[in-house]
Amino acid sequence: MSNSFLIILGIITPLFAALFSYVCRYNNNLRDSFGIIGGLITFVISLKIFHGIQNNEVYQITFFTLFDGVDFAFKVSALGSIFSLVASSLWILASIYTIGYMRGAGEKNQTRFVIFYSIAIHAALAIAWSGNLLVLFIFYEILTFSTFPLVGHKQNAESQSAGRLYLSILVGTSLIFFLPAIFWIWLKTGTLDFQDGGILMNKFPAEYLSFLIAMLVFGIGKAAIMPIHRWLPAAMVAPTPVSALLHAVAVVKAGVFSFLVVVVYIVGPDFLLQTKSSDWLVWLACFTIMASSIIAITKDDLKARLAYSTISQLSYIILGAALASSLALKGASFHIITHALGKITLFFCAGAIYVTAHIKKVSDLKGMGYKLPLIFFAYTLGALSIIGVPPFIGSWSKFYLIMGSIEREFIIVAIILGISSLLNIYYLLQPVVIGFTQNSKKEIKLIKAPLTVWPPLITGLGCLVFFFYANYFLNNISGVIVN
Amino acid sequence: MFDIFLDDAPALVVVLPLLISAIIAFMPSKIWPWIISIITLFLHLFLSLHLLKEISVSGLIIYEFGNWEPPWGISFKIDGVNIGLQLLFSIFVLVSTFYSRKIFLNEIDYRDSGKAYSLWLLAVGSLNGIILTNDIFNLFVFLEISALASISLIALGAGQNRKALLAAFNYLIIGAIGATFYVIGVGFAYAMTGTLNMNDLVIQLAQYSDGQLAIFAGMSFMLIGLMVKAAIFPVHIWLPPAYSYAPSAVSTLLAALATKTILYFFVRLLYEVFIIYPSYLSLFLDFVLYPLSLLAIFIGTVIAIYQDDIKKLLAFSSIAQIGYITLAFSLKDHSGVASGFVHILNHALIKGGLFMAVGYFAILYKDRVTLNSLKGFGYKYPITSFALLICGLSLIGLPLTNGFISKLYLFQALYTNQMYFSIALVAVSSALAVVYFWKIVEQMWFSEIKFKSEKEDAYIYLPIWIVTISIIVFGIYSTPIIEFSNLSADYLISGYQN
Repeated sequence: MSNSFLIILGIITPLFAALFSYVCRYNNNLRDSFGIIGGLITFVISLKIFHGIQNNEVYQITFFTLFDGVDFAFKVSALGSIFSLVASSLWILASIYTIGYMRGAGEKNQTRFVIFYSIAIHAALAIAWSGNLLVLFIFYEILTFSTFPLVGHKQNAESQSAGRLYLSILVGTSLIFFLPAIFWIWLKTGTLDFQDGGILMNKFPAEYLSFLIAMLVFGIGKAAIMPIHRWLPAAMVAPTPVSALLHAVAVVKAGVFSFLVVVVYIVGPDFLLQTKSSDWLVWLACFTIMASSIIAITKDDLKARLAYSTISQLSYIILGAALASSLALKGASFHIITHALGKITLFFCAGAIYVTAHIKKVSDLKGMGYKLPLIFFAYTLGALSIIGVPPFIGSWSKFYLIMGSIEREFIIVAIILGISSLLNIYYLLQPVVIGFTQNSKKEIKLIKAPLTVWPPLITGLGCLVFFFYANYFLNNISGVIVN
Repeated sequence: MFDIFLDDAPALVVVLPLLISAIIAFMPSKIWPWIISIITLFLHLFLSLHLLKEISVSGLIIYEFGNWEPPWGISFKIDGVNIGLQLLFSIFVLVSTFYSRKIFLNEIDYRDSGKAYSLWLLAVGSLNGIILTNDIFNLFVFLEISALASISLIALGAGQNRKALLAAFNYLIIGAIGATFYVIGVGFAYAMTGTLNMNDLVIQLAQYSDGQLAIFAGMSFMLIGLMVKAAIFPVHIWLPPAYSYAPSAVSTLLAALATKTILYFFVRLLYEVFIIYPSYLSLFLDFVLYPLSLLAIFIGTVIAIYQDDIKKLLAFSSIAQIGYITLAFSLKDHSGVASGFVHILNHALIKGGLFMAVGYFAILYKDRVTLNSLKGFGYKYPITSFALLICGLSLIGLPLTNGFISKLYLFQALYTNQMYFSIALVAVSSALAVVYFWKIVEQMWFSEIKFKSEKEDAYIYLPIWIVTISIIVFGIYSTPIIEFSNLSADYLISGYQN
C-alpha cells in the first residue's frame, strides 16, 4: 500500500464506521461492532505510520489548493503519528466500553451516539495528520461540531445549556482568536505548512510574537487553559464514554496537540527561546495547574473532579510547549500519551462505578472498594500513573517536564510541579481511600456490566507496562524536537 | 440570423425581460407565465455568456441606444467591473425562477401567477439595467422600476400576512425618499455639468477641480439616496420587514440580488466618478461609510441574535453582511475593493440559499417560520435542512465554504490597511453569527420532538442544492470569484491611483 493511500484509508475508516453504523441501525450488535472494527483498522494504520515515521518515511497527500500557498493537504508529522496512535488505539477500547456503558445505563439514541462518536474520531485523526494549519483548523471545527450532539446527548435542560456553553466557547474562541491568528501567520509568511523548525523565524516581527502566542493559546480553546476552561467541566454531562475518549483523549488532546504543533512546526522552538515570548505563558500554565488542582479537591462529583484534573494536566503540556526547551517539549509530547492512558482509565472507572452502582459522588463511595475490587484496582493504577509514581508511565513525562524547567532555569516551576503532584495524590487517591476504609451499611444493588470493567483494566495495566517501553515512543518524539 | 440579436446583447438582457413581462401580465394561465419566464431567462443567460465572451476579447463594450453618441444618448457599459456580477445575476435569477414556481403556487392565488411573473421579470430587467447602465439618470429610472416591481411583489405576500402591505408601503415611502434624494443629486450634477453620462461627467466635473459646494451637495444627495436603496445602516429600516413579509420566492430574489446591484452601482459611482475629488471621497469613506459599516456589522448581528422570526433574523444578518461589503469598499485600495466584490458575489449565493431553504420551510409549515416552529425539521425534511446547514456554516465563514474566502480576503484587506480594530470586530461578529445560526440548528436537530422524515419536493430542493453546491465549490475552487473581483478592482482602482 502506498503511503498516501494509507492516510486516506485511515481518515475515512471512521467515516465508514459511522455510515455502516447508520445502515445497520436496527441491529444493535452489528451497529456497535463497527466502532471496534474501525478502531482496529485505524490502529493498524496508525501503527504502520508510526513505524514508518521512525524510519524517516514521508506520508503526505495533497488534494487541491485552497488559496495562495495553502493546500488541502495531509502530511504526517512525528507528533501527529503519536497523537493518531493514541486516539486510534484507545478508540478500540472505548468502543467496547461504550457498548457496556450505553446498554448498562439504558441511554436513548444510541445510533446517533455511535455515529457522532466515529465522526469525532475521524476529525481527531485528520487533525493529527493535517499538513498545514488551515486543514488543522477545519477539522478542529468539525471536531467541535461533531461532539456537540454527544455533549447534549441527554437532551434535557442541563445538557442543552452545557452544549451551548461548550459550543459557544470552543467555536467562539476559535473564530475570534485562532482564525485571525492563522490569517496573520499566512499574511506574514505566505504559507501555513508545518515545517521542522517553524516558518516564522525572520518573517514575523519578534515584538508581536507574544501577542500571537496569546491569540493561539486562547484561540485553541480545546487546550482548556484558564480562563477558557469552563466548557470542559460543563461537557461532563455527556455519557461517560464521551468524557473518557473525547474529553480526556481526543478533544482536549487535539487542543494541546494543536498548540504543540504550532510551537514546534509553525513558530519554531528556537524562535521562541530567542525571543522569550512564551515565558508569560509558563506562569499562566502554572496558575492553571495549581488553581484547577485546588478546585478539583473541592469537587465531590467524581467526573467533575476528573475534569478539573484534566484541565490541570493539560496545562502541563502547555507549560512544556511554553518552556520550548528540547527536554520540556519532549515531556509535553510524551504527556499526551501518558495522560491519555491514565485519564481514560480513571474515566472508564468512574463510568463503570456509575453503571454498576449508580454512584456519582466521591463521598458515596464508602465501602465500594470491596464490592468492585477490579474497578478500584484499575482506578488506582491510572491514578498512580497520573500522579507520576514510578514504575508508571506518567512518571516519565513529569520527569522530562521538571528537567525541562530546570534546563530553562525556572526553578519555581519545578517546585510547582512537585506541589501539584502532592495535590494529585490527595484528590485522585481520596476515592480509593474512601472506597476501602469506610464501610457502608447501605445495601446497594449492583448491575453487572462486564464490558465496562475490562477496558479500564487493560489501560491501567498499560500504564504500568509501557513504563518499561517508554523509549519506543520517545524515539519518535526526539526525532523531531532537536534544538 | 442570431448575429443581429447578439450585437444588441447588452440592450437585450434588459429589454427582453421587460418586454416579456408586458406580454405575460394578463395571461390567465397557471403554468405558462412560468414557462415563458424560464425560456426568457435561459435566453438571458445565453446573452450574458455571449457578453462574457465579448468582454474577454475586447475588454470593454459601450452600447449606444439608437446610435446616439454617449454624451447625448443613453449608453450601457460592460467591462471588467460588472461582467462577473452580470453572470452571477443571470444564473441566480434562472435558478430562483425554477425555485419560485411551487412557492408561488402555495403562497399566492394561482390566478395572480401571470401578474407575479410579470412583476418578477420587470424586477429582473430593471435590476439588470442597474448593473449595466452608464447614465446616472437612466439609473434613476431603473431604480424606480425595480422599486415599484419589488414593492408590488412584496405586497403579494398580503395573502399570507397582512403585514406585507405595511412592509410594502414602508418600502414605497422610504424608497421614494431615497430615490428623490438621488434624483435631486442628479439634478445638481446636471445643472453644473450639463451631462448625465458617467464617463462624460468625469470629464465635465474636472473643470471644477477646486470643487464647488453645489457639486458636493449633489454628490452627497446621490450617495445618501443610494445608501437608502442599498439598505446601508442606519437607513436600512425598510429592509427587514420587506424581506420577511414578502412571498418566499420574492425575498430570495431581493435578498440575493436587489441590494447587491445597487451596492455595485454605489461603488462604481464612488470610484469612477467622485474619484476626481479625492478629498471629498476620502472624507465620505473615512468618516461616513467606514464608521457606519462597523455599526452595521455589530448592530445587525446583535439584533439578529434576538430575532424569533427566521426571515427577520436573516434580514438583519443581511444588514450586517452589507456592512462587511461597505467596510471593504471604504478601504480605498485594490485589496479592499476586490474583497468587497468577493463578498458581493459570495453573499448573494449564501443569502439566496438561506432564504430559499427558509422559504420552503414557510410553505411546509404554512405559517411564519419562527424558531419554535422549526422543531425537529432536521429529521422531518433532511434534504433541505442540510442545505440550510451548509449555507449557515458559510455565513459564519468556516473553511471549505465560500464565506470563508470572503472573510479571508476581507481580513487581508483590513490587515494591509492596518485596521486592527475592524479585524477584531469582524472576528467577533462572525463568532456572534454562530450564536444566531446555532439557535436554528438546535431547534432543527436537537429539540425533544422527533418526526419521521417526509417527502420533499424535488422542484424546490434541487435549486436549493444547486446554490448550496456552488457555495462549497466556490469555497474550494475560489479562482473564478477571485478573478472577477480582482478584475473589477483593477478597473475601478486604476482610476483612483492616477
